[in-house]
Amino acid sequence: MMDAGEKSFIIRMFHVHHNFGPKKALIDITLDIAKNEFVFISGPSGAGKTTLLKLLYLGEPVSEGQVLIDGINLARIPRKKIPILRRKFGIIFQDYKLIPTKSVYDNVALVLEAVGAKRRFIPKKVKSILRSVGMEDRLKSFPPSLSGGEQQRIAVARAIIGDPKIILADEPTGSLDDESAEAILDLLKGAHIRGATVIIATHDKALMRKTGGHVLTLRQGRIESSAFLEKQYDDAIY
Amino acid sequence: MMMPFIKRAIDDILQNRFLNFVTIITIALAILIASAFILFFVNTSEIIDSWKRGLRIMAYLKPGIHNTDLDQLKRTIQSLDGVHSLRFISKQEALDRLKDQMQHHSSLFDNLTENPLPDSFEIRMTAASGSWQKIDSLANQIESLNPIEEVQYGRRWIGRFIRIISLFRMAGYAMGVLFFTASIFIVANTIRLVIYSRREEVEIMRLVGATDSFIKMPFYIEGLVQGALGAAIGLVMLSISFYFVSSNIEQGFSAGLFRLQFLSPKIIGGILLSSMLVGWLGCYVSLKQFLKT
Repeated sequence: MMDAGEKSFIIRMFHVHHNFGPKKALIDITLDIAKNEFVFISGPSGAGKTTLLKLLYLGEPVSEGQVLIDGINLARIPRKKIPILRRKFGIIFQDYKLIPTKSVYDNVALVLEAVGAKRRFIPKKVKSILRSVGMEDRLKSFPPSLSGGEQQRIAVARAIIGDPKIILADEPTGSLDDESAEAILDLLKGAHIRGATVIIATHDKALMRKTGGHVLTLRQGRIESSAFLEKQYDDAIY
Repeated sequence: MMMPFIKRAIDDILQNRFLNFVTIITIALAILIASAFILFFVNTSEIIDSWKRGLRIMAYLKPGIHNTDLDQLKRTIQSLDGVHSLRFISKQEALDRLKDQMQHHSSLFDNLTENPLPDSFEIRMTAASGSWQKIDSLANQIESLNPIEEVQYGRRWIGRFIRIISLFRMAGYAMGVLFFTASIFIVANTIRLVIYSRREEVEIMRLVGATDSFIKMPFYIEGLVQGALGAAIGLVMLSISFYFVSSNIEQGFSAGLFRLQFLSPKIIGGILLSSMLVGWLGCYVSLKQFLKT
């Protein structure tokens, strides 16, 4: 039975394990993330940050344990309903995952087309989002012709255009210069202000200091610590 | 509603021109061969029908029949189902006809002391009695009448011809099934290659919440377009071949009895739809395997 407080959790994990063959990637993960929380998943490379994100959108199946997303138990979700689950997420991948043969416009519009948005509504919305990420003049460009920072902005635009409940960002500023990283972070903060739950997997301490929020630290597949960080430097974190 | 899918399908075709070209040409060749068989059957059926239209049953009478019996027999035959008209040919008329036909060999008749030919009836059938079963049945009924000695209507050689045509027809069906199946696999493999070259795109689509139907639809359209274009090219090749070949065959073979005809719009429509079905099925097979993974 859930009490009234539990209903505000958008993500819940209970004793989750995940293995890649004999290798244990995640061990006994139990966590709750409330709606509209700003969460960092921190830890060194290989700690299991990306795997944890993948379990949330069923990029990987859970080996053991339970994951609930917005009340949906992922262990029981039928295959046909997986697209519906994924529409709750806006995902920013470490390698951007833009379609190289499609224009910037088409890459971003794809999300709206996939959910069956009205055609006359799509161009306006896409242009508006691209304006908000400062890429309105690159509508017809193709991803390979863009810099890393520009591609990441397109990835952010694609992640936020469907007004998802949860935004997952895997090392969103990892390969960017300070200015581009700042711009990406501002976009994610904007989505958070509009009501989204934002989860960022990163080992960038400066990023966490600038923003503050709930910081979960992973080490060797286990949660090492869970703390709330103010917008100040905290030496205890990672 | 369908426009974005059609746009994506056209983009895909243009991006994978070579693969699509190979598939379309393969379908076109399969359609060319299959429709050449259909064309052959259509025209052989026409030949058989024209023979049937000109077919007469000759009923030869036993010798020494009285005129009253002849009138009775005439009425009996006329009343049979499938008989359009009949004409009595006396043995003398038959001999005259024979002499007329063999005037270059008139010496054969010099030593003929008496007329060896029998009296006969030449019986024409109604158009409705076109099937071989009906013709057989009618001939048997006439043969069973007492004054009739023998009935002839070219059953043996026409039967042989029909058996040969039936063999061709069976071979045609077998080849049709073979080409149909082969085309499905070729389309399936092309689509598989296209999907494989775009697996990252398909994966991204899935990650942003696209349903399998959304992902599949442009591929299905692509398959339908491949099928339609393949059929169109195959039929154009067939019609060009038909144009060059038909006049020679008509002059040498039919002697004005019938005209060679091209496929009717109904059959062309059927071929086009079958070809599109091949394209669609090829995609279906391929996508079913790919999207399971």
